[in-house]
Amino acid sequence: MTAPFTRPKRKNPVLRTRLPLPPPGARSRAALGLSAAAAMGKFKLQVCEACRCVQYPPREACGSCLSPRLRWREQDGFGELLADTQVHLSQEPYFRERAPWRIGMVRLDAGPTVIVHLHSACGPAPCRVRVGARLDKAGQGVLIGFPVDEVANMADDRQLREMTCDPKFRKVLITDGKTAVGQALARTIIAAGADLVWVGQAEPWKRSAGLEALSALPQVAIVPLDLTDSSSVVEAAGSIGGRVDILINNAEVHRTYGISARNGTDAARLEMDVNYFGLLRLAQGFGPAMRGRAADGAAGATAWVNLLSIYALSNFPPHGTFSASKAAALSLSQALRAEMRGSGIRVINVFPGPIDDEWNQPLPPPKLAAEALAKSVVSALKDGVEDVYPGDVAQEWLARWEENPKVLERELTA
Amino acid sequence: MVAHDDVVVTAPVTVPYSRYSVRNAHWFCAQALAGLLQSSGLPKSEIDGLCVGSFTLAPDSAIGLTQHLGVTVRWLDYLPLGGACGVVALRRALRAVQSGDAEVVACIGADTNHVDSFRQTLESFSVFARDAVFPYGSGGPNASFAFLTAYYMRLYGATREDFGKICIAQRDNALAYPNALFKKPLSMREYLEGRVIADPIHLFDCVMPCAGAEGFLVMSRRRAENLGLPYARVRSTCERHNAFPEDPIQMRGGWVLDRDRLYGSAGIEPCDVDFVQTYDDYPVMSAMQIEDLGFCEKGAAPEFIRRHTFTTEGSFPINTCGGQLSVGQAGCAAGFLGLVESIRQLSGRNLARPVPNARFGLAVGYGMITYDRGLCSAAAILSRADA
Ligand SMILES: [Zn+2]
Repeated sequence: MTAPFTRPKRKNPVLRTRLPLPPPGARSRAALGLSAAAAMGKFKLQVCEACRCVQYPPREACGSCLSPRLRWREQDGFGELLADTQVHLSQEPYFRERAPWRIGMVRLDAGPTVIVHLHSACGPAPCRVRVGARLDKAGQGVLIGFPVDEVANMADDRQLREMTCDPKFRKVLITDGKTAVGQALARTIIAAGADLVWVGQAEPWKRSAGLEALSALPQVAIVPLDLTDSSSVVEAAGSIGGRVDILINNAEVHRTYGISARNGTDAARLEMDVNYFGLLRLAQGFGPAMRGRAADGAAGATAWVNLLSIYALSNFPPHGTFSASKAAALSLSQALRAEMRGSGIRVINVFPGPIDDEWNQPLPPPKLAAEALAKSVVSALKDGVEDVYPGDVAQEWLARWEENPKVLERELTA
Repeated sequence: MVAHDDVVVTAPVTVPYSRYSVRNAHWFCAQALAGLLQSSGLPKSEIDGLCVGSFTLAPDSAIGLTQHLGVTVRWLDYLPLGGACGVVALRRALRAVQSGDAEVVACIGADTNHVDSFRQTLESFSVFARDAVFPYGSGGPNASFAFLTAYYMRLYGATREDFGKICIAQRDNALAYPNALFKKPLSMREYLEGRVIADPIHLFDCVMPCAGAEGFLVMSRRRAENLGLPYARVRSTCERHNAFPEDPIQMRGGWVLDRDRLYGSAGIEPCDVDFVQTYDDYPVMSAMQIEDLGFCEKGAAPEFIRRHTFTTEGSFPINTCGGQLSVGQAGCAAGFLGLVESIRQLSGRNLARPVPNARFGLAVGYGMITYDRGLCSAAAILSRADA
């Protein structure tokens, strides 16, 4: 078993906050395929289309038959741990600060020998392990050797925690506590061990029974937060911004119009004001402080979650302006991800299909329940992935979009 | 045409090592060339071939160096092959002299070491290392050889004391060699208690990266004799790259494929070799080379080590000037160290303690861990002029 992660000591406020230093992040273009798969929670290696030979390290042509037709394909990761070591003396400051660092050499059943970060519950060599991929603090895909069988507190491994954003003992801001999704997120993340959850409340004069019930929980605190109001965001950032470890931006406005069903731009403007400019205001208000605290102890700032929509990938014309606002937010989130990457803060985008709420009332099932969405957000944090597509509709749209985005556009606009 | 066994090596030169240097690699190359000229008495204009091994010349390579050093040559080679570049340089130069492409080839291995250059070299050493090794703890070669050493120990029952015995003997050899950076004797206790770097690699299993250069001249025997230069003969050489790619982890090098031919063309057996300069970046590699070059069976090196002594007067002298483990690892110069020491031993120009009555010496090259194993293996058998 793995020693359970225990509550970090309270930080001495006089001490300097350790600056976040990323591990080595340079990669060849070929190797970025590993990162792209890990960002989606998958372990893929290049497989030669001509001779089926599995390749590693990533390359431009098959090491066996020289064919350039290499496809990234999911791997089961089983293999034999040949040797393991603890690196006590590292050349890089990131690993020096975290020494000793355990690594292993694994012969995959699929063929290649791989070097991995090694989970503390593995080994010693020789033994069977299962290799998986995660994103490291540089945002790049790396391989990790896991024990074949689940052990107690597996997620609490000190090195693995560097790759994930586990909510345990962390402080979380959920930007809108009035929606069913916001309330489900708060309850799920508390169940996952979060220490404190701030839930945002815009327009406090509008009562919400769900929010009142939520605020009775000891871990929950209500904060006034209106994403359409810059000064409200600045104020919230001033009071809690230096303590937020995980920010979940679930605030959204969803109207169900296309272009010609309604005159004027008011509804579309409101969608943009929350869904796009709201994200921009939050990023300016909370981003810098989170970046600065990304290496602040064992449970420092770690993740930023955006609730987008599968409609961000390709416009769903009956919800045309909403789709456009989510596409704008997706684009902005990529800029945010780039700015956060140097610090190690992970930007996680969630692309649900239709959520089972009033705005999707006319749509047929399956629709995503708030609880299911909340669960997928917490798993994304625990796995440290970048992109999540929760629910059957999202998965189906994603598959169609990956296959041919132009065909999907045709299908949606038929 | 010059006959193959009429090509000789002479003028062994070492530019003294230092832990760090503010000079660049060009400075070390210049000092090495100056040393070769001084040692041979030749004017610069007589050098018509140049072969350089270096990691730190960038953005230059051998060609920029010709202008830097003011040499006009008709044969030029650049070999950034690390631990194999000395033997490979010798092989190429030998063919050039043999075929008449050049008459006097200066072979130089040189690298500088600034305070941060070792990390930078590792970070950008190869595409595979950058993508698939360095992000995993950034332990550099220490971590890579920790895997090989751990696996070897488990498979063949080697102990840390076995490796320690080699390191201690080499240190003893180094005490008599003026260019060694390590000048204090090493005890088994100190070896065993050296701090852990990447287990089972401890401090005294590791070389110290440093700045320095080594060089020698390759020419015909007649030319050397006319110049009155003491020389060693080149009896046989081999090189092999990316041998046994199917092995899951490196427990043998390419020497296994080439040793029969190596000894065959030299006309000797392993038992005729009077000393071996192993490529000792880590002691486990010395053990593997002892096996792969035919001194004992695969896996029998631990027993071999327990049975033999390794100082210059020992039953199996290795790394007679101390090797990299005690002299220092000056980048590509480390690939020349064993050859230069062999030339000295076989041509009566000793700086270290001489191996009594040495007639045949074996110098080994190994290196270039671009991913999980050293890709190059090379070896050269040299002999005394009258052997
Ligand atoms: Zn192929």
